[in-house]
Amino acid sequence: MAAQPYGLVAVFDTAPAVYHAAETVRDAGYKCWDCITPFPIHGLDRAMGLGRSKVPRISLVGGVLGFTTGMSMIWFTNAYDYPLIVGGKPYFSPMFAFPVSYELTILFTAFATIGGMFLLNRLPMHYHPVLKSDHIVRGLDDKFLVVIEARDPKFNLAATRALLEKAGGREITELEA
Amino acid sequence: MSHAAESAHDAPAILREVNPPALPRATLVENNRSFGWITDKICGIIEGKTPTWWWVCFVVACFVASFTVAGITYLVATGVGVWGHANPVNWAWDIVNFVFWIGIGHAGTLISAILCLLRQKWRTSINRAAEAMTIFAVVCAAIFPVFHVGRVWFAWYLFPIPNSNYIWQNFRSPLEWDVFAVSTYGTVSVLFWYVGLLPDLAILRDRFTAAGNRMRGWLYGFFAMGWRGSNRHWSNYEMAYLILAGISTPLVLSVHTIVSFDFAVSLIPGWHTTIFPPYFVAGAIFSGFGMVLTLMLPLRAIYRLEDLITQYHIDCMCKITLATGTIVGYAYGMEFFIAWYGANPYEGFAFINRAFGHYAWAYWIMISCNVITPQFFWFKKVRENTTLVWVLSIFVNVGMWFERFVIIVTSLARDFLPSSWGYYSPSIVEIFTFFGTFGVFSVLFLLFIRFLPVMPMAELKAVMPQADPHGSGDAGHGTSGRSH
Repeated sequence: MAAQPYGLVAVFDTAPAVYHAAETVRDAGYKCWDCITPFPIHGLDRAMGLGRSKVPRISLVGGVLGFTTGMSMIWFTNAYDYPLIVGGKPYFSPMFAFPVSYELTILFTAFATIGGMFLLNRLPMHYHPVLKSDHIVRGLDDKFLVVIEARDPKFNLAATRALLEKAGGREITELEA
Repeated sequence: MSHAAESAHDAPAILREVNPPALPRATLVENNRSFGWITDKICGIIEGKTPTWWWVCFVVACFVASFTVAGITYLVATGVGVWGHANPVNWAWDIVNFVFWIGIGHAGTLISAILCLLRQKWRTSINRAAEAMTIFAVVCAAIFPVFHVGRVWFAWYLFPIPNSNYIWQNFRSPLEWDVFAVSTYGTVSVLFWYVGLLPDLAILRDRFTAAGNRMRGWLYGFFAMGWRGSNRHWSNYEMAYLILAGISTPLVLSVHTIVSFDFAVSLIPGWHTTIFPPYFVAGAIFSGFGMVLTLMLPLRAIYRLEDLITQYHIDCMCKITLATGTIVGYAYGMEFFIAWYGANPYEGFAFINRAFGHYAWAYWIMISCNVITPQFFWFKKVRENTTLVWVLSIFVNVGMWFERFVIIVTSLARDFLPSSWGYYSPSIVEIFTFFGTFGVFSVLFLLFIRFLPVMPMAELKAVMPQADPHGSGDAGHGTSGRSH
């Protein structure tokens, strides 16, 4: 391969193995790297040195937006734009507006949560060097991969390969960019 | 994140002295299967040749579904008068069927959301199919109120869309609340289901592409959104899943609460009771678990999924059915007590009339199916007999349909004025429409088991002992590695 590879990929057989490998790579000071696992492994975030997910912030915005949308929509329609007289009741009260606003809170939170998850994960991304790798089929099935990207400042083909070998990785191969 | 190895590490010293017994944990995947086995097993259902039984069921289901199409076509072409509704019973089978189907959906959300929050790991093998059931049940439920509006081409009046009359919906009405509750419920259920499917669609994408089936690889790939199992993605994914579970829990409780408001906010004797919201929610979960058992037991037998849906899973489902069925039984009793204790003669009459009036036959079917049937689940012998469990689950489904019939029809047929009393029976059009919804549901469910993974593979793998990054049990760090 003449061009600079995207990175190096190593295969691990068990969850404990990839967990310890992640700790090794984290401690070696790498920043642009990833673990590919068929399921979320508990504690791997910490082993990789990842912070807490930021999805909840987006969800909160969605929830607040949903509740205010519900309340203001009901006030606008029933009390402002076309005041509706029903049984001599007030045109607007937060009491009767609550159930609909409650449902809209949940609806908007759900959309914000999922939208936020896609946004933070930069998905959809149908093309990715990892997806071209032959290992990806096993990486979603029963193997665990560690990918270290070439754009990491600490990346050095020989040294990184040695690190992955030391961590117990097998079938270490270069990923085409 | 607290795992055996970790917590033993920083456990207070007292724990070592008192030496708490290690509680046995039920195995969720039997026969010590590997991760690869799960992938092959679940994907194999989709990748294999379409079985003959599937085609037979599919054709039968399509035929049954055509009854709904026929019933609705006739209704739209003629008018809502072709149903058996007449004063005083202006709500009958349509609303009965609506509440029945919506209630069935609730078990799916309970399994996917509430059991997720309660960390009930056994939910993993049934949650995908149960969520599918929820969505399809909401589809069936939506048919009834939409066509009950009469001129269905005006159904969009239910939503606050500006129209030439310049008048808006009345948001004081529980019926309007219901529009928002049910449409939110349907939407969030689909989103929740889709998020759960994402990693599994990625597996199918890669397997079909590897097998050279580019068309299906592309199709699954399109919906997999480029999922690649990255742990940076899993981190956000798990958080999103947790939040969805967190918001679906109040959602599912609110939906049936609002459905019960349709009745409880009115003044009709037998409807105007404060017990309705919790009673309806318990009933919904009861009926939903009945339906989950009805669907999962044949699925387990046909696809030989005994290692994934173990006896422990069946026990759990039976026990929830028993608990919610008993709550429902308590509510039936409490309604009678309050009718007597409240000293309202109309209320008292409504309940005496339910049990001993013209519709007593429906009442006693309801009592025997809903209160007596689940009591069999106290016995281990019963829970271990899957055929018997399946038969009992059918009784639960029947009983819960009759519950809604009893509540809605008996109260309306005997309201305040004896001069307006009546007796309701369904017309053939209603029977066709309702019968057909079972076909609609089956068609959708059959398509689901043919084209989508019936179990969440990623979640199943995550609850297996091999998934523990600290090694399982006493094995210690890294010593429990295993291969195929």
